[in-house]
Amino acid sequence: MTVFVNLLALFLIGFIVWWFWLAKSREVAAVSDVIDILVEGGVYTPATIEATKSKVVRLNFIRRDASPCAEKVIFPGLGISEELPLNQTKRVELQVPQSGEYEFTCQMGMYRGTLIVK
Amino acid sequence: MSCAGCVAAVEETLQKVPGVTEASVNFAEHSAKVSGAVDAESLVNAVEAAGYEAAELKGTDEEAQEKEAAELAYYRELLKKSLVAAAVGAPLFLMGLAGAMPGLAGMGRLFWLVVAGLSLFVLIYSGGRFFTGAWKSFKNHNANMDTLIALGTGTAWGYSLLITLFPSIVPPQAQHVYFEAAAIIIALINFGSALEMRARGKTSEAIKRLIGLQAKTARVIRNGEEQDVPIEQVGLNETLRVRPGEKIAVDGVIIEGHSSVDESMLTGEPIPVEKQMGDDVVAGTMNKSGTFLFRATRIGKDTALARIIEMVRQAQNSKPAIGRLVDKIAAVFVPVVLLIAVITFMAWFNFGPEPKSAYVLVTTMTVLIIACPCALGLATPISIMVGVGKAAEYGILIRNGEALQRAGQLTTVVLDKTGTVTEGRPAVTELIAVDGDEQRLLHIAASLEAGSEHPLAEAIVTGAKQRNLELEPVKNFNAIAGHGVQGELAGQQVLLGNKKLMADQQIDIEPHADQAQCLAAEGQTPMYVAVDGRCLGIVSVSDPIKQDSKAAIERLHQAGLKVVMLTGDNRATAEAVAAQVGVDEVMAEVLPEDKSNKVAQLQQRGEVVGMVGDGINDAPALARADVGFAIGSGTDVAIESADVTLMRGSLHGVADAIEVSKATLKNIKQNLFGAFIYNSLGIPVAAGVLFPLTGMLLNPMIAGAAMAMSSVTVVTNANRLRLFKSERESA
Repeated sequence: MTVFVNLLALFLIGFIVWWFWLAKSREVAAVSDVIDILVEGGVYTPATIEATKSKVVRLNFIRRDASPCAEKVIFPGLGISEELPLNQTKRVELQVPQSGEYEFTCQMGMYRGTLIVK
Repeated sequence: MSCAGCVAAVEETLQKVPGVTEASVNFAEHSAKVSGAVDAESLVNAVEAAGYEAAELKGTDEEAQEKEAAELAYYRELLKKSLVAAAVGAPLFLMGLAGAMPGLAGMGRLFWLVVAGLSLFVLIYSGGRFFTGAWKSFKNHNANMDTLIALGTGTAWGYSLLITLFPSIVPPQAQHVYFEAAAIIIALINFGSALEMRARGKTSEAIKRLIGLQAKTARVIRNGEEQDVPIEQVGLNETLRVRPGEKIAVDGVIIEGHSSVDESMLTGEPIPVEKQMGDDVVAGTMNKSGTFLFRATRIGKDTALARIIEMVRQAQNSKPAIGRLVDKIAAVFVPVVLLIAVITFMAWFNFGPEPKSAYVLVTTMTVLIIACPCALGLATPISIMVGVGKAAEYGILIRNGEALQRAGQLTTVVLDKTGTVTEGRPAVTELIAVDGDEQRLLHIAASLEAGSEHPLAEAIVTGAKQRNLELEPVKNFNAIAGHGVQGELAGQQVLLGNKKLMADQQIDIEPHADQAQCLAAEGQTPMYVAVDGRCLGIVSVSDPIKQDSKAAIERLHQAGLKVVMLTGDNRATAEAVAAQVGVDEVMAEVLPEDKSNKVAQLQQRGEVVGMVGDGINDAPALARADVGFAIGSGTDVAIESADVTLMRGSLHGVADAIEVSKATLKNIKQNLFGAFIYNSLGIPVAAGVLFPLTGMLLNPMIAGAAMAMSSVTVVTNANRLRLFKSERESA
């Protein structure tokens, strides 16, 4: 029993490390013009977005989470911050001249997303 | 609209609506600006009839009201959820205290099965969002606050149900259930969120105050008749009437009448400003004495007030460097806590005393519940929000959190002289003509300067006009930056400028050098006038020092800052002004293009430099400085080169901005310290590190209360910044 429980705990440790750090295989949503991003339940859906360099991308954030955590979306690397009104669509227009990965988060960094510019 | 081609179609549709005088569509913003006497509904209907979707753009006031209503509804929902959870958890908790808990056998088991059902209802109704949030995050390879709460309370409930159904799997002394803990933790967290929401509302009071400045209605003149219309219906170029004591509804230009207008709510400038025909008026300011008509030039989100609100909002949402490390920690915080929870589990399972299962459950659950990434994540942004808002109350617009942080770390402040230390409205104070003909001297100087935009030129032209001198046209006008001007007047070569210009042109000014030096020593700017290679005399202009410059510079000194004055003026003039206001160092005779080099030199000396200038002429220096302050721009907020825009002309704004920044940074540090200490002490204690020494274990419900209160504490501490008063006010 003791061995089994310890093995289970070690498995859990391995699983946490693998799931949250190593296995971050992200579902990437490619966007050419406009994309809807749902803000609900602690996650942006989709959370990883791929866009083309120097092309205007329109992100429609639709906030369904009433908690104040969700009320803002911030792109720290791009100097953009927008308030997201509840149950409405907020359009954020971006044109990123340089390729790279740009994070976007809520004010407290609990909602997290990535904009990959290629 | 999917293509630029739709723009023409929508514009045409709008223009056909009766009452519309002008309509233009912005494809990038997907918005249309319409002028004329027409209501929004007809416009929306027309666009929809043409096959497009449309909605009225709401004013900031309306948006704020909707936001407030949504927040209130959510606050009530949180309280309700908290009460429901407490109604289940509290009686059980009290029964436990009274030792009246039934056992797990016979009727007792039935009782606990009913309690299991009730607490399951609490988990679903009051805590459902934690579970759905946790699951969604998990699927995304993410973990957040919800993950911790869901795991903590879910484990407690699941373990308790298992014990209720199969008590024999654990020794008799471990046959204890934790349904009440799960319910009370959910109640406390919901209650904490509600309190946090309340406190958060106060952090945006500055924005609310700015939004509150917006007038609700405007008196528009349509077809010769005056009518009150909601502010959203005012069109571009419409004529509006403002009576004494009324708020100005939109930005515009006075076309009839005059008055004095109180702009203090935006600029902090206490003295009302006289306004007459041709002057600009700004939405949100208050008309004092007269009645006037004005033409609307900027409406809706384009008004200065709306842009100020937007700028403050943007700044409130930005993060300084100090917050970025925390972001990195917050990103891995929850998975790390999960690891700590599993390690805690293993430690108690392998080395803990009996009943092991009870200790394992209590410690693991408490670790999960006490950890609070929210307090960490909130620590920086919530203080920035209050700090930037507080600055706005002082007429200081801070562009972003980065600027706010750097403003608190400045070691040197560089002040441009003209318009910053001085009024920037120079006047002719002395005329020294070689041949005694002062009128001719001024006439030549003013004719030459009529083509120049330099503030000193304006003073000379105004001086000539005051003496009713007719100016003559100048040919081949040429302005030599930092030196002066030259041109051809009635066939003669005319020069006006400083001694450098005269030296370059090999004009002998020696006989007048002493007089010029005397004038300069008094803080005046003497300029030589030469005609056909011969010095004709000196025109001296002086720019009065602002009344409060000396006191403001003294405040900067008290804050431990070195104050440098930078000017294109000659050294003697600059030093005379410097002596009067008490700056530490003077950089005189600096060409406009060299100003940013001077800032760079100071930076190379290791100074963290704040540059204060007018935002237009000094743009490169402002951009070069660690923090650029654009001063005295009134309600014009479009200053791209400035990190900080001071809407009031006084240098006290610089000191105020630095004080607010320091206070905000201090507040952020307190919050971060508190949040770090809370988590780094709370988690080990929850894991039971004190147990071997003191036998102490943390109750999971206490952990829930501590977690709920940690965010509230951070927000409350940030709210203390609202009480900030500048040194000047406190004195």
